This record gives sequence, C-alpha cells and structure tokens, in this order.
Amino acid sequence: MELTKEQQALLDGEKGETMAKVMQTLVRYGEVFGADKMVPVTNEYGHLVLSFGLTFLGPVFDLYQKLIDDGCLAGQKFTCDPRPYDPKVPQNPLQKAVAKAVFGKQKKYEAQLEKLGILNDDSYTCTCYLDEIGNTPKQGDVLSWAESSAVVYANSVLGARCNRNSGIIELFGSVAGYVPHFGLLTDEGRKADWIVELKTESLPDAQLLGSAIGMKVMEDVPYVKGLDRFLGNELDDKAKTYLKDFGAATASNGAVGLYHIDGLTPEAKEQGEALIKENAKVYVIDEAELQRVKDSYPCIWKNPDAKPQLCFLGCPHMTLEQLIDWTKKVEAGLREAGNEKVLVPTVFTSSMPVIKAFRQTEYAARLEKTGVVVSYICPLMYMDNPLCKTMNVITSSNKLRTYTSSRYYSNEEILNILTKEGK
Amino acid sequence: MLKTFQGRVIAPGKVTAEAVVTKNGFNTLASMQMMFIQPKTRCVDQSNPDLYNKILGGKALCLPQTIGSTTGGMFLFSAVESGKAPACLLFSKDIDSLAAAGAILSDVWSKNSMPVVDRLGDEFLDFVQDGDRISVKEDGTVMVLR
Repeated sequence: MELTKEQQALLDGEKGETMAKVMQTLVRYGEVFGADKMVPVTNEYGHLVLSFGLTFLGPVFDLYQKLIDDGCLAGQKFTCDPRPYDPKVPQNPLQKAVAKAVFGKQKKYEAQLEKLGILNDDSYTCTCYLDEIGNTPKQGDVLSWAESSAVVYANSVLGARCNRNSGIIELFGSVAGYVPHFGLLTDEGRKADWIVELKTESLPDAQLLGSAIGMKVMEDVPYVKGLDRFLGNELDDKAKTYLKDFGAATASNGAVGLYHIDGLTPEAKEQGEALIKENAKVYVIDEAELQRVKDSYPCIWKNPDAKPQLCFLGCPHMTLEQLIDWTKKVEAGLREAGNEKVLVPTVFTSSMPVIKAFRQTEYAARLEKTGVVVSYICPLMYMDNPLCKTMNVITSSNKLRTYTSSRYYSNEEILNILTKEGK
Repeated sequence: MLKTFQGRVIAPGKVTAEAVVTKNGFNTLASMQMMFIQPKTRCVDQSNPDLYNKILGGKALCLPQTIGSTTGGMFLFSAVESGKAPACLLFSKDIDSLAAAGAILSDVWSKNSMPVVDRLGDEFLDFVQDGDRISVKEDGTVMVLR
C-alpha cells in the first residue's frame, strides 16, 4: 500500500506508539482487501456501533481507555448506537437486576465516549442519518462508520462511501483521520453483482423483502428493479423510511453494505443499468418467494402457541412519520375491535431527537392513551439480558428476529395482534 | 487420513485443535452473544443448524465467512483477549471485513493469539468434519487429520 508522508509518519510513531498501532491496524486491515492507499475521512461526524457497557466487553473498554490516556481521541465528533437500558421499558425486578449486571460498565463507558468525542447526550441512535439527528453525509463523502443498518443506508440512500466496518475499526478511522481505500469506497466495488426483479402486485413489507434479498446475495451488491413502481422516483420521507427498514434487513439477514434501487437511489438514477456487472446473477421475487422466506424463519419459543409478552417495533429506530402512522393505525385498530388499550405490552423505539419532536405533536398523548410506551432503547440489547431472552417477544423487525429469540410478524399481523387478537 | 490445504495468513500462529464446521455464514454476534455467561463459548444462533449449541471455545472453527452485525470484530477481539475465542478461524473463502477486523485487532492489541487463515478453498470446507484434528502452521498450511 502506498502511504503519504504524513500517513507513514503516523505509522512510524511520530504521534506515539498507540497512534502507530491504530494506524498499523488500519493499514493491515486494508491490505487484506487489496487497498491501494489510505484516504481522508471527509464527512463531519463518525458513527460508532458500540453503545453498551456490556461487562464482558472489558477488553474493548481497556483499549478505549488506552486511547484516551495516550491522547488518541477522535478527530471528529461522532454519534453512537442506542442505549441498552431505559427504565420505561417493562422489566420485572429480577430482569432489572440482571440488566444492571450485564451492562455493568454502562456509566463508565459513556464517560469514555464523552472524552473520545460523542456529539451530545441525544446522539444515541442507530438512525443517526435522519434530519432530526443531523449526522447526514453528502453524496461522495468518505465515512468511518459502523452499524450495519446505518452503513447500508449511508451508502445506498445517501450515496456516501463507507465499508462495513467492524466496531473499534470505525473509531480508529476517526482517530487517525484515514480509512483504507477498498471495497465500497471504490467505483468498481459499488457495481451490482445481482439483479433483483421484484414481481409482486403490491409493496412488500420492507423487512421481509430485505431479508429475502440479504439471505440470497449475502455480501454482494444487488440492483433492485420494480420497487420504484411502489416507492416512486423521489427519495421522499415515505421512500426513505421504507429503505431504512429494507436495508437493515439486507444487512442483518445477509451482509449487504450497498444496494441500488432502479430509478430511485442516487447512483441508480445517475448511472442506471451501467451499475450492473456483466454476468450478474438474477433473483426473481414474487409473493410465493416472500412467503417461502417468511415460512423458513424458525420459531424458537418454547411454546409456539404462547401469548406474546412484549412487542417491539422500531429496529432500526422509527422515524417521526412512522410514530405518527403507527399511532393512527393502533387507534383505528382498537376502535374497530372495541378495545381501549393494546392487548400486548408494546414499545415503540426511536431516537431522542425524534421522540422530542413527536412529543410536540398531538399524537404523543393519543399514543400514550393506547398504552404503547415510546423509548430510546435498543431492543436488541434489551433482549441480550439472559432473562429477557426467554420472553415471548414479537416484532416486525427482521433484524431483531435475527439476533434474538423474538418472533417475526408482518406489520399487518402485528397490528391485529396488538389491537384485536392479543395472540 | 491426512489432507493438507494452503491458505493466506491473516493473523499468523501455530495451533492444534479439534474442528467444528459450519457451511453457513457464521453470525458472530448471534452465535457468541452469550459467551460471557457460559463456561465455554457455545453457539446460540438458532438460525445456524450446523453450529447451534455446539462448543466454539478452543475449537478450530471452519467456516465460509462471517455475517451479521458490525459488532462482530469487536466481539471476536474481546473473545480472544478473554480466552473465550475459538483456537483458530479457518475460512474457505476470502475473509469478510468484520472477521478481518477481529483477527487483526487481536493480533495487534491482544496478549493472546488466534491464528486466522482464509482462502482455503471450497474443497477444504467440503472435506473437513466436526471432530477432525486440525494443525495450523505459521505459513497458512492447514493439516486435517481424521
């Protein structure tokens, strides 16, 4: 790999041994993937995936303390994934005690993040790219981010350039100010290996479609045709919200870091089918294929007929439009069934800035009346508690389903369970 | 029966261990998220029938690639530093960015070693079975003894 004089000096220890090891890690990481050079990080803010003071991750916190002690702080402010704990989310006393033990390093870790460069106390969300949070890169920006759902959104919807970095590596990029140039940072790496032909009659659930594509293409880049029939050709709020959830499922059910939507996402609009590699494979998706994928999810509840104990919606965190839309849907569903409150304890998760904006609307009080709780928590981390892991949780998030024992239902099915059936 | 495969060294080291094999992508977070309460790291990813409930700690984990959350590399690094990791990772395909991060972070920053070799080829993963005796050399040679 060719390094500039400044980069070589960092590697040679000009700014100390710890910074040299940071640079050495980044260079070796790049060399594995044939990086030809290191390039500067160009967007304003970073984004970190590690938001939880998980007791077991002691080695990571020791490493971060070393960075702080040796003055290797991030050269840019950053946002961070959601917090793992919120007293508003239902937990029994035993679950609370275990959560405290599991996330025993939370306070200490948040203090480390303040020193390393977190933007502010409201910066804990996986949807850092939403306008309310303000970590929204421009097309062509080079990022040092982790969090698979944020990376795939930044690459695909915003046209920024970021690899699917691991936690720690993303902070190292913000500390050194450079990232290795390979993969999704290159023009060639952004070309599509797959053509996905969507043949459904209506718009599929975002997280089911994303799951099907993720499981098929794994880490490859798909070029999706036929989705703009339903989403249109402008990246309006509806389209962006859909793609947020769609992308999270492609990234967690597979390892997709970039997708193109024909006629909609920026690079597909500019370059069209020139983005598709020669001999790209084809994956046709119709209603039957989506049903096959949905039926393939194992139900890992001890008793599959058990009544749900908790419902999480908002993984990734909900947008303001989603909070308002779900408020209306839940109200209407309850009204039709003659019920006043949701029949399953339910938590909608969103970022603090979006929750604050939601509280300014009439819908916040209306949602509260239905019994739904709104929280900034990371549902995935809630379920990392061994006692919560065995709970019968339902969700329409395919990301949450993948990483936990929660059970996936479509948005429509969830609404029925919450408002009419209770199971 | 002894069969030898040659791969590319991502993190150098010598080790001998028993094989545990997955033909599916290895979801690091989903598989290893309970390691901190387990005496020996055991796979808790229900979506991976090849590995579910099997011991991973101290084993030669043979896999095509890792998939899933970008906490993956961090989990691997913590597992290595805490002595909870597999003895080595042996990839049939090109290593993915999350596993590579975990491998290199461990090699540069950890006191413990976890050799990692990739590009061992599809025939490696077709051949190797759970329980095979695996020896990894510094130059990326992997010997499978059955």
